[in-house]
Amino acid sequence: MTPRSARPLRALVRLPPLLWLGAFFLVPFAITLKISLSEPATAMPPYLPVLDWAGGVEGWSSFLEALHFTNFETLAGDALYRDAALASLALALTATAILIAIGTPVAYAMARASARWQPILVALVVVPFWTSFLIRVYAWIAILKPEGLLNAGLLRLGLIGAPLEILNTQVAVLIGLTYAYLPFMVLPLYAVMSRLDPVLREAASDLGASPTRVFWSVTLPLAAPGLVAGALLCFIPMVGEFIIPDLLGGSETLMLGRVLWGEFFSNRDWPLASAVAVLMLLIVVGPVILFREAETRRGEAAR
Amino acid sequence: MADPLRAGAPETQPLRLANVTKRFGTHTAVEDVSLDLRSGEFLCLLGPSGCGKSTLLRLIAGFETPTSGSIGLDGRDLAGLPPHRRPVNMMFQSYALFPHMSVARNIAYGLKGLGLSRAATAERVEGLLRLVRLDGFADRRPDRLSGGQRQRVALARALAREPRVLLLDEPLGALDRSLREETQAELRALQRRLATSFVVVTHDPSEAMTMADRIGVMDRGRLMQVGAAAELYERPANRFVAGLLGDVNLIEGRLGADAAGPTRTVETGLGPIRASAGAALGPGDAVVVALRPERIRLADESGEGLAGRVIEVTFLGDRIRRLIRMEDGTVLRASGPGGGPDWPVGADVRLGFAPASAVVLPA
Repeated sequence: MTPRSARPLRALVRLPPLLWLGAFFLVPFAITLKISLSEPATAMPPYLPVLDWAGGVEGWSSFLEALHFTNFETLAGDALYRDAALASLALALTATAILIAIGTPVAYAMARASARWQPILVALVVVPFWTSFLIRVYAWIAILKPEGLLNAGLLRLGLIGAPLEILNTQVAVLIGLTYAYLPFMVLPLYAVMSRLDPVLREAASDLGASPTRVFWSVTLPLAAPGLVAGALLCFIPMVGEFIIPDLLGGSETLMLGRVLWGEFFSNRDWPLASAVAVLMLLIVVGPVILFREAETRRGEAAR
Repeated sequence: MADPLRAGAPETQPLRLANVTKRFGTHTAVEDVSLDLRSGEFLCLLGPSGCGKSTLLRLIAGFETPTSGSIGLDGRDLAGLPPHRRPVNMMFQSYALFPHMSVARNIAYGLKGLGLSRAATAERVEGLLRLVRLDGFADRRPDRLSGGQRQRVALARALAREPRVLLLDEPLGALDRSLREETQAELRALQRRLATSFVVVTHDPSEAMTMADRIGVMDRGRLMQVGAAAELYERPANRFVAGLLGDVNLIEGRLGADAAGPTRTVETGLGPIRASAGAALGPGDAVVVALRPERIRLADESGEGLAGRVIEVTFLGDRIRRLIRMEDGTVLRASGPGGGPDWPVGADVRLGFAPASAVVLPA
């Protein structure tokens, strides 16, 4: 039993994370949402309408009446934004699929490594974070450009006759995304896989399952939570990724992150840019809700 | 049940271990173990934890590779055969049920690849569920079962492929006491009915004595002695085996100079006593005489035998145990049924025993 006096203390413990969420997520989102519903304007704030705090109920109602969806209508009407949204989704989904295909065997190999090697392997996955993200992505330009390391190597091996055009294409963006986000796929997968009871694999093997079947029927299903966590951890930021498409993608690679940047800093149309930001949030929140639903249903099925 | 795995197999010695040794680095887990398992036999490997019995099971299942020696099944050397190709199955101490599968899918897991039709698989699963009395639990998840039910799912799953030899690692270890005793009898009955050879690892001597046709006693990686419970009890090969199964008095001494015979004289602190001895011991060797408490006959002071005084009497219901201090200070335990003459604490008594019921063992 908890003493009565401990209760306010417990509420106090819950306060900081709530304050944090409120100050750095809810308030900024409310501001972004408000701006996205304001008059289109190529200027600095304030954006109309402005709430008249002294106006009481009347002030509120006139404020709410003045809000409108013009910016979202612009987004829906202009193929540029739709294409950017679809391209972002397609790239993020493709990259997630590639990350699963590469990350799963890497995480599995790490989890199966000897106890002495595992910390070393985890450190190797984390070490790139010591270098700035920007610099690591920038380095890929030197690798992928026509006279870069990759083409030079392939030419020397005689595998290609002329340099490949990789830089400034979607392929370069995919390579960049895969490279940059691999740790976020590997680490949650490894965390789950390294905790799987090896006896379960032995039992499967004892019951006649080949190593391939053991992996597909026992290891992978039990590692599913890590797989889903990794996929979300990669997919969500990749949808809004700006630096990688900006540095590695050509002008034809239109991802939402770049459109957002353009509206905010080139066109200075904050209301429209805010609408793009809200749209992106909706795209990203969708999979999370689906995942939560699936988890709840699976939890119920197990009961 | 017809079994494709069993067709044409000889009916004797399905499993043969020859000089099997397993070392992990400098630690020898199993040392020079040779063992023939008879067809349809219930064999218990008995020993304290760390004696190598579980390693031996893992060697047979194929999870470990012997450092030297060979393991054969029906005359075929199993060396190099991975676990999933061995016609033996294992029931794990932790049961190792797949948590993401229902009971039925757990049991059916080993049936895939045996070429059974969907209907035949379902039928086999149903039969196994009936066998372990879990009808109606097919769709449950393992985490929704009690410990005893999980144990039975693990057993059914291990039996599904109708293995030549079933390996069971502490199969009753996770059950509470009353359930364990009930399950011992069940397991024994099941094994008789299936006529499958069982190799059961246990650290509980009474469990081994209850279930096994033969018991293999292991200590520090070595197989000390293999035999029926009565044989190990009456004719233990060494003091470890003697002490493991039931209570025993160990009397230290030296073998007398008389010629080798069925019984020999041992010079002890109690004076010369006669006991049965193997031929491997020579005159003057340091020995112990193993004497079971219930083999000791007590007589009045005026009778024949070694003199001693009762220092403690314990009433155990079906028998009475007395501690008797001998003239040299040695304390021996003697037990017998109640209802005989009453020798209370302080009574002077004489001890006797048949030489054939005392065994001379190497010290």
